Amino acid sequence: MKIVVCVSTVPDSTTKIKVGGSGKSIDEAGVTFIINPYDEFAVEEAVQLKEKNTGEVIAVSFGTDRAKEGIKKAFQMGADKGILIKAASDDFDSYTVAKNLAAVIKDLSPDIVLFGKQSIDFDGLVVPKMTAEFLGMPSVNVVTKLELNGTDATIEREIEGGKETLKAKLPLVIGAQKGLNTPRYPNLKSIMASKSKPIEEKAAIDEPVKSSVLEMNLPAAKGQGKVFSDGAANVPELVRLLREEAKVI
Amino acid sequence: MSKILVFAETKDNVFKANAFEVVSAGKFLADKLGSEFAVITINDAGDEQIKALGKYGAAKVYQLSLNELNAKSGIADIKYSHGAFASAVSSFADANAYDVVLLSGTSFGREISPSIAAKTGSAIVPDVIDFIPEDGGVSFKRPAYAGKCYTKVKANGGKVVVTLRPNVLKAVENSADSAVEKISPDSVNISANDFSAYVSEVSVASGKLDVAEADIIVSGGRGLRGPENFHLVEELAGVLGAAVGASRAVVDAGWRPHGEQVGQTGKTVSPSLYVACGISGAIQHLAGMSSSKYIVAINKDKDAPIFQVADYGIVGDVFEVLPAMTEEIKKLKG
Repeated sequence: MKIVVCVSTVPDSTTKIKVGGSGKSIDEAGVTFIINPYDEFAVEEAVQLKEKNTGEVIAVSFGTDRAKEGIKKAFQMGADKGILIKAASDDFDSYTVAKNLAAVIKDLSPDIVLFGKQSIDFDGLVVPKMTAEFLGMPSVNVVTKLELNGTDATIEREIEGGKETLKAKLPLVIGAQKGLNTPRYPNLKSIMASKSKPIEEKAAIDEPVKSSVLEMNLPAAKGQGKVFSDGAANVPELVRLLREEAKVI
Repeated sequence: MSKILVFAETKDNVFKANAFEVVSAGKFLADKLGSEFAVITINDAGDEQIKALGKYGAAKVYQLSLNELNAKSGIADIKYSHGAFASAVSSFADANAYDVVLLSGTSFGREISPSIAAKTGSAIVPDVIDFIPEDGGVSFKRPAYAGKCYTKVKANGGKVVVTLRPNVLKAVENSADSAVEKISPDSVNISANDFSAYVSEVSVASGKLDVAEADIIVSGGRGLRGPENFHLVEELAGVLGAAVGASRAVVDAGWRPHGEQVGQTGKTVSPSLYVACGISGAIQHLAGMSSSKYIVAINKDKDAPIFQVADYGIVGDVFEVLPAMTEEIKKLKG
């Protein structure tokens, strides 16, 4: 089974965001970059599929050199090969990324392509479905359960307050939601083995961006709230304020 | 000159608040840009139901029958296919030269919008929380890094697909007489491929309000000490008509389902009122809820970061404060 897993590299979720000098992106000084957390569910699913069906897992990422971080983590979890589609600059949007991923993935002729449902930087939930369109493959995002029986797939997708059950056939694109599986912690052996796995670099195709960030701003600082310190004794006053001042209950 | 197409979603042939919000947004943009707008909807709702959109300014509504669309698939157990929705909307937009497609960012809207953008060759701007009109055009405000910052984004000319975060830009009444025109599935470009992944079953817990849709959320964290104590959160949520939310710590510990998680690896929410109970306020949690209109924090640690974003707070034991709040609100609501 040929399995492609797409990974991205993002600031750690504990990062305190500061706006950088351009006013359009974050200040990266001191920021720790990690594999996008949702991509860990995609990599875990990919590796489990390989373990069940044999085959290989190819981790693909689009970005600058930093994107190797995500591929390396995928290696530690059990991916076999990596491809970095090297962006010429930081100026790209989801359309550019999806076009580039699709161009490379098409040549790999995979049985299944896995993504994290969204990356935790721009939270678009866009690239998995868009890449699938460019590949001409069916796709399902926000997936919490995937069952394969030959080329038949049964999929559960999280929706507001419940789930949809879908049927599809391979080849297929899946966007992983938390809950799909429990990502493994790489052990020392797999960490050592990951160091010899190859990352092939490819040049990005030139695809003009369709949207641009003009400004990035932090939320307005909040004034000091009204905080009481007598526990349950303050409840009547709190409820009164919610009713009369905030008018929310 | 733009032409705006609004996709209005239904659940079981009924329009919900998200549909009225996106129709209102379409009307607002059309007025600002001096452009035309129309609504497309795919369902078997009756005319009376469709006319409800008129209240929010929809003068022209195109309706495609879901039964007729599904009949194209030849699949017996189909409920609907996201792919067929995306293809129908895309081909209708292309054939009629719409260059802006607006959708609500529900789980359905977020699923079909990237396909529509890819099929129509449009830019996509997801999760928009405000429009920023500027000479001759409009740019969009959207959160990034789960709300740790905001960006102003513009489409570089050409076409754009936009999803609106539900529950943020409220519906505005703007009466219009709406004319409904049925469109045939033969008039849109649908192929067998559009049904290659399809929904065969939908199950939604009845009466359970989702955090992404709720106007009030009561969330619990590790301060509850165990899953067996979450009834305190549920009871307060019950009297407030609120959804129950949870911090990442308690979801990771298996106390609560992931669907309830608020924060950077859960849901980003903007309710009118967010009550954080026994949640310290890790940065990734604050990112997901700090755009709430009012925040109430209840925590025994007066130095907990949650108090820095709270409008109101009580330093105290959740095991005493929560039951007292539930009682007090019960009294108030009689």
